[in-house]
Amino acid sequence: MSDALRIEGLCVTTAGGEPIVDDVALRVGGGEIVALVGESGSGKTTCGLAALGFARDGARIAAGSIHVGGRELLTLQERELRGVRGRHVSYVSQNPDAALNPAMRVGDHLRELLRAHGQPRTDAVVAGALERVHLPGERAFQRRYPHQLSGGQQQRLAIALALACGPTVAVMDEPTTGLDVVTQARILDEVKRLRDESDLGVLYISHDLAAVSSIADRIVVMYAGRIVEDGPAAPLLARPRHPYTRGLLASVPDHRAPRRLRGIAGAVAAVGERPAGCSFAPRCELATDACRAAVPPLRAVDATRSVRCIHTAEVPPPPAEPLPARAQIDGAAMLEVRDLHVAFGEGVVAAEHVSFAVARGECLALVGESGSGKTTIARCVAGLHAPDRGAIALDGAPLAALARGRTREQRRRLQIVFQNPFASLNPRERVVDGVARPLRELGGSRADALRAAHEMLERVRLPRGLAASRPAELSGGELQRVAIARGLVVDPELLLCDEITSALDVSVQAAVLDLLGELRAELGLTLLFITHDLGVVAAIADRVLVLRDGCVVEQGGVDAVVTAPAEQYTRTLVAAAPSVGG
Amino acid sequence: MSAVAAPRSQLAGHRVGQFALALLAALLLVVALGPLLAPDGPSEIVGAPFSAPSATHPLGTDYLGRDVLSRVLNGGRSVVFYALLAMATAYTVGGLAGLVAGLRGGFTDAALMRLMDVVLAFPPILLLLVLAAGTGGSTAILVAGVALVNVPGIARVVRAATAEVATKGYVEAAVARGARTPSILARDVLPNIASTVAADAGTRFAISILLAAAMNFLGVGIEPPSPDWSVMITENRSGLTLQPWALAAPALLLAALTVTVSVVADVLTRERRSAR
Amino acid sequence: MAGVGRHSLRGLIARRIAITVGLLWIISLLVFAATQVLPGDTASAILGKTATPESLAQLRAQLGLDRPVTEQYLDWLGGVVSGDLGRSLAAGLPVGELIGDRVGATLVLAAVTLVLLVPIALALGVLSGMRRDGKLDQLVSWLTLAGVAVPEFVTGTLLALLLATWLGWLPAVSLIPPGESPLAHPQFMVLPVLTLLVAGLASTVRLVRVGVAEAAESGYTEMARLSGISERRVVRRWVLPNALAAGVQVIALTAQWLVGGIVIVEMVFQYPGVGQTLVQSVQSQDIPVVQAVALIIAAIYVLLNLLADVALVLLVPKLRTRR
Repeated sequence: MSDALRIEGLCVTTAGGEPIVDDVALRVGGGEIVALVGESGSGKTTCGLAALGFARDGARIAAGSIHVGGRELLTLQERELRGVRGRHVSYVSQNPDAALNPAMRVGDHLRELLRAHGQPRTDAVVAGALERVHLPGERAFQRRYPHQLSGGQQQRLAIALALACGPTVAVMDEPTTGLDVVTQARILDEVKRLRDESDLGVLYISHDLAAVSSIADRIVVMYAGRIVEDGPAAPLLARPRHPYTRGLLASVPDHRAPRRLRGIAGAVAAVGERPAGCSFAPRCELATDACRAAVPPLRAVDATRSVRCIHTAEVPPPPAEPLPARAQIDGAAMLEVRDLHVAFGEGVVAAEHVSFAVARGECLALVGESGSGKTTIARCVAGLHAPDRGAIALDGAPLAALARGRTREQRRRLQIVFQNPFASLNPRERVVDGVARPLRELGGSRADALRAAHEMLERVRLPRGLAASRPAELSGGELQRVAIARGLVVDPELLLCDEITSALDVSVQAAVLDLLGELRAELGLTLLFITHDLGVVAAIADRVLVLRDGCVVEQGGVDAVVTAPAEQYTRTLVAAAPSVGG
Repeated sequence: MSAVAAPRSQLAGHRVGQFALALLAALLLVVALGPLLAPDGPSEIVGAPFSAPSATHPLGTDYLGRDVLSRVLNGGRSVVFYALLAMATAYTVGGLAGLVAGLRGGFTDAALMRLMDVVLAFPPILLLLVLAAGTGGSTAILVAGVALVNVPGIARVVRAATAEVATKGYVEAAVARGARTPSILARDVLPNIASTVAADAGTRFAISILLAAAMNFLGVGIEPPSPDWSVMITENRSGLTLQPWALAAPALLLAALTVTVSVVADVLTRERRSAR
Repeated sequence: MAGVGRHSLRGLIARRIAITVGLLWIISLLVFAATQVLPGDTASAILGKTATPESLAQLRAQLGLDRPVTEQYLDWLGGVVSGDLGRSLAAGLPVGELIGDRVGATLVLAAVTLVLLVPIALALGVLSGMRRDGKLDQLVSWLTLAGVAVPEFVTGTLLALLLATWLGWLPAVSLIPPGESPLAHPQFMVLPVLTLLVAGLASTVRLVRVGVAEAAESGYTEMARLSGISERRVVRRWVLPNALAAGVQVIALTAQWLVGGIVIVEMVFQYPGVGQTLVQSVQSQDIPVVQAVALIIAAIYVLLNLLADVALVLLVPKLRTRR
């Protein structure tokens, strides 16, 4: 039997000849799901597009061969290539909202595709293609426009399009990014079912080891444009043989098996700035001069697995450090929110009868999908949004609705860190000046403020040379460390963290969470932690409050809620959240 | 192989941009120093009306017999000056409205923007003509009118940029810390909207020159004896066949000025966009 | 949820129309205010330097200028609504009679320009937008930049110099005999139309180009190419329908721009249209004529805006249908 997809020696470079993807080889068998896993900058999307013989503007396929069902794509003329794309190899993109034509009806999307490949396009065929992915096949649905579908429906339509012509292989590029976990779980089930029903090969691209662990037959890990490890899913996850795979696995939060997260120091190098030798060497604890001298070859370690590391024998098993015991504090509430109610315009309710308390020294997580009201609640607490009703009190003293109505001391005691690290710092200010500013506003002298800012930046482990840089020169993880430093520099008691790791790669997220845990212990901080990710909750919080549509569904100790959820919604959420353990 | 894209040619933009910048600098120099270089007084009658170019009068004379070269050298100042004055006025008013609307949002924002919509409901030239009709036309009305036409556009740009910056973490963090509004404006808002606002200032400057020139041409701005490129084009129209240089010289200079301003603005905007 | 909200669509359009009516009323107020309330009134404009306090007062009474401003405004508005545009001070004729033929001549000029300009703008915009930064696109983008930047009266003057003075192909001014249609004298229309085309094409081509390029470089167009759809089909079903909004805006923008451009071009070529009347009335401070013409022009402008808005809502699915 021939492979559904076989890529060999693939090199994709920038127009200037810098490699984006280097020497990639992978195979996808019929009826097999191969996960291509990597963080941002790994080149996984570039590989996925190359599987269709396609490179985006500014990139070109410089070398290699791509076989789809025994057909070599890279020697084909543009016209022949068109006959293969969509017919024999198809693509599902990351963002279905952008990939669907806003001016074309659902049914016409399918009809155009069938027409291009000379296939029958009767209503029955179109309805069948839709029903295959559990979308309604009826005419009314076919006449809808993409913006009239939900995110999950849009992605199902994209998958229906990818499968309509019965391809040999489908490339799915992060098809569940941007969907809530429940929808993500359904889409993943769908992909598995489609693979089981047919002989379809799937190249499933993702940054999320936990999500792919439930569907992948094989996992291929990429780092900085090269494949570093390739093997069957279960053994690879149980015992990674490359330091990067191990680090990645140690970084993935898991609500079913909570443990201390260990991130990977540093950040991936950009295209054109990659080091000679092994690209992972600068972040690797095992790296030696030999690693930096030459690119290690991808070598087979047994019949089914290969690894690109000369120290593979020394790679330890993944760490399983237990978490520090969760705090159980019954003391008086430090922050108390009572009967908070917020509505936006025409009946959009962001919070309804929300009440909770945070005890001194504990970490309370607010968890919910987008639209659950968690960020609105955080903004009310921070004094950035005035609630319609309700009271917020700090140590028993009522807080004014808006920050400017609160006392200087109240404002100092409560600090906030935001979601998007790239918008957290003023691009025109040196990093250290941004951190020093809150102190200056409290009346500190310039020299004192700068000294304290430097100390705090050291505490959040920002590389020393970066204090005098502008934010544009920092990576996302570094920016978020600076934002934390800016919050902590005035010695607050309560730190409000609004999805502070959701824009970060998982290895960087783990490092930031680990740092936050340490600082919390050192400084005796109280945390109000907002997130959508149950794994993150399990890694950092003591108690959790589950929100849905602005209402509190359930609250309690993290272990209790995760292992024995009381409410149906929480049960669904816990079941759907991805976990490496399965 | 497919989709092997050609690299975006930014160099061409650079070269054209540099050339335009050099030309613009030269033009502005002529505009500024022209009156010192002029061989004759701008209102001095030096020969017969519409005399052809000669050694003493390289561009000939105009409909009253004044030296075209001298008038052209004197005629750029008013073009640039009134446009700049109008721009300064428009940026003060529109910038303030945009900042307030962008920062405060809500009702203030809606009210200010509807007001701008009313101004936008008039075609610019009509707005200026109606103003001129009511007042008999003057340079003050010219400046006020050109400024008024620019205000809504500026207010919208400033408002959009401000509203965007206002949602950034660094502004919200400052608000939550209770930092004073002037300090937030000076440190966080203004420095970060400056480049966005500056990006279309060049185009607006060109448009202001065009509008002011159009009003002068229509005879409701600067009064005729003054040497102004647009006035010269109007007053010498009867000599179109006799002494075309009396029109061509100011027309070419005016066009060169507006085109170079626009090209420089365009190249700067493109570079800003590709630098992002 | 789904389904085409016919009801809400009608409501949306009704709201736009209501806004337009309100805007027209505000415009009438402003036109009246600007011409009547600002210093320098009609009576002193007519009498000029010969005015004495007595003759001024007499003329004001005769013209009804001594009445309260609100009464004058309501009187004027009532007249406009019932079709009486007032009486020219300079010519002593009813304004409607004075500008009747001229409105026709202007509309002919506008129509001819639009008919030529819109297809050329769409074609050039699509061609250059499809291959952004290609040779044609570079050429078009520099030319249009220059076109936008040069004032219409300079373009007109330079064209007249070239085609009339130096080459002698065309008359430099459009002296159409009174009472005759401009269409009977096509030679008089070439220069005005050409001038409007040069200036108008510039801004419109740029707008179409941006719309087309945005659609051509979008994720959904890339997806269509990745699905093996032929290039021609991609353009027809993916790029153009999504650039339609830009196309509609172009037509509206052109029409709006023409309103101002025509005034100037009529002055450049002494074309006997309503724009020329407006400028001459402004110069002679013939207020009733200015008010009437300004109101007509502003009304056309606002109505074109309305048409473009409604067309946009009808043509773009995302605006037409609700979630």
